[in-house]
Amino acid sequence: MAPLLEIKGLKTHFATDDGMLRAVDGIDITLNKGETLCVVGESGCGKTVTAMSILKLIAMPPGRIVQGQILFEGRDLVPLASRELDDIRAKDIGFIFQEPMTSLNPVLSVGEQVAESLRRHEGLSNKDALARTVEMFKLVQIPNAEARVHDYPHQFSGGMRQRVMIAMALACKPKLVIADEPTTALDVTIQAQILDLLQDMKERFGMAVMLITHAMGVVAETAQRVVVMYAGKVVEEADVDSLFESPRHPYTQGLIRSIPRIDLDSAHKTRLEAIGGSVPILIDPAPGCRFAPRCRYAFGLCAEKEPALREIAPGHRMACHLGEKQGVTP
Amino acid sequence: MRQYILRRLLIAVPSLLGISVVLYTVLALAPGDPFAELATNPNVPPEVALALRAKFGLDDPVYLRYFRWLAAMVQGDWGFSFVSRMNVDTLILQRLPTTLYVIGSAQLLALAIAIPVGVYAATRPYSIFDQIANTLAFIGFSLPTFFTGLLFILIFSVTLDWLPFVYSTDVKGTGIRWLFEQIRQAIMPVMVLGLFQAASMTRFVRSAMLDVIRLDYVTTARAKGIGQARVIVKHAMRNAMIPVVTLIALQMPAVFGGAIVTEQIFRIPGIGSLLISSILSNDTPVVMAVTFVFACLVVLFNLIADVLYGWLDPRISFR
Ligand SMILES: Nc1ncnc2c1ncn2[C@@H]1O[C@H](COP(=O)(O)OP(=O)(O)OP(=O)(O)O)[C@@H](O)[C@H]1O
Ligand code: SF4
Ligand SMILES: [Mg+2]
Repeated sequence: MAPLLEIKGLKTHFATDDGMLRAVDGIDITLNKGETLCVVGESGCGKTVTAMSILKLIAMPPGRIVQGQILFEGRDLVPLASRELDDIRAKDIGFIFQEPMTSLNPVLSVGEQVAESLRRHEGLSNKDALARTVEMFKLVQIPNAEARVHDYPHQFSGGMRQRVMIAMALACKPKLVIADEPTTALDVTIQAQILDLLQDMKERFGMAVMLITHAMGVVAETAQRVVVMYAGKVVEEADVDSLFESPRHPYTQGLIRSIPRIDLDSAHKTRLEAIGGSVPILIDPAPGCRFAPRCRYAFGLCAEKEPALREIAPGHRMACHLGEKQGVTP
Repeated sequence: MRQYILRRLLIAVPSLLGISVVLYTVLALAPGDPFAELATNPNVPPEVALALRAKFGLDDPVYLRYFRWLAAMVQGDWGFSFVSRMNVDTLILQRLPTTLYVIGSAQLLALAIAIPVGVYAATRPYSIFDQIANTLAFIGFSLPTFFTGLLFILIFSVTLDWLPFVYSTDVKGTGIRWLFEQIRQAIMPVMVLGLFQAASMTRFVRSAMLDVIRLDYVTTARAKGIGQARVIVKHAMRNAMIPVVTLIALQMPAVFGGAIVTEQIFRIPGIGSLLISSILSNDTPVVMAVTFVFACLVVLFNLIADVLYGWLDPRISFR
């Protein structure tokens, strides 16, 4: 079965005053129909840029897709003009953004913001689009939906706005929903509700979900497959069980160790292991492995040659020199 | 909403009173009055001049004269112009339409240029179009209207002889011919005022659009596939227009002020040239009335700005 979405060798760079910023520097991501894929990584590793590149939502200029293919149902989206992508946006690929507080237009009613894509893609009349919007609002459990469609974003809490965003992303029943850290900006209790809602919606509509997050807890709960990104590269990719049971890349291992363990009682609780150092600068990165300055296993080869993503077990790929030569496994 | 406007108008009353006190005092302290000429005219005996002054209460204390003026004003009596020999309100009503016609057309021209150019430039920042627009706006913004006015007269009236450079109130002809002449004589003043306004407005529209265009909700709109034009007009422009509309409303009094200069240059018989000529001829009642009308306009446009702001931005509620 052909994958729903196949990103091949994608490079998205930004022209900045200090030089070319390689936000996304050659990544491969595959997503099958109906699958939930989590993309994890620290802040600034290029998750949002990757997601935005799919529908060409990055600011161009300064951004530019310099290389690669983005195959959606076998069709390459990269060469398409914005006008042609408009038929895919919201219709086939829905988007949920990171910041519910700023992602809704303050001067339009929330109902109109959902209804307009229904009118565009489903050819509905004003009345039918509004009726469908009310239906969607009920589905995402916004209380008093009939009245609330006429309200403005400032009349909603963060969690409710994110429900509006979900209704917006799902309105045209897309085949893929990209959720860019949909819960990061919300309270912990609301976070769980929104994730549950997403899960519900996914089961109801059977769409594929690309969930971007930097919380490993979210990954463990929702993902089927996981892609770990570091500094514009994919460093490891596996199904969720293999990743948590046998993480192979030193960076992934660090990420997993940094999850607070609530299942251990306090006597055994190990200190939260954060990964030392910070994300490298993406302008003129040094040759070799980008994680090397922070990697406790780094050795000679790491600074010279960039590790390629290779398959180490069926469906499990990673990019690290370890285990390649000396047989050392981390 | 109606309540809000009513309350704002009530609040405006004390400030207008304050303004009128200041205006009246300043004008009373200024040297010269309508009868100064009588005193120097050898044909008028000094006793007659004195009697006249006493009759009109010109030598009473300022506060008395102010209250007299205020009482008359409230009853709709705006005073009498000794120079034009008619009631001040008639005089102002006679001059106002011309001013409104010229200023209104200039504002419309400015908007018709500034909004499309500013918006388009903002969607393509630093493109050739943007740079040309920016340069022209900068030039237009730095050239004072008295300069461009004279330049226009020199080119279009004197050299090319296409357009009249003296504005006339009683245009000859009827029907289409009359309309044509009215438009023809307004072209230069409207262009001069309108282009000047357009220059500063374009810069403002562009920067307001640039601020909005990079915001998250514009990306959200683009992700809906509703097309570039809708994203720009419905989502970005709707928001960018909030500060623009407010600024335009707040600038209106300054526009009236600027029109005084233009009216002088093109000899438009509007309210601005009325003000200048009354100042020169010491026609105090007219000066007082015109400046007071300007003050009312400031208050009025402030109110309009606030109402528009609330109308455009649902986050503002009138309370
Ligand atoms: N418009 C832009 N101009 C210049 N650089 C940009 C732009 N957008 C993103 N970048 C850069 O690209 C890099 C990747 O950013 P991105 O937003 O994809 O990170 P992220 O993984 O989504 O992080 P977060 O978890 O904080 O959302 C960052 O270094 C960022 O500075
Ligand atoms: S390649 Fe070297 S530096 Fe990079 S993660 Fe592997 S061991 Fe660490
Ligand atoms: Mg992000």
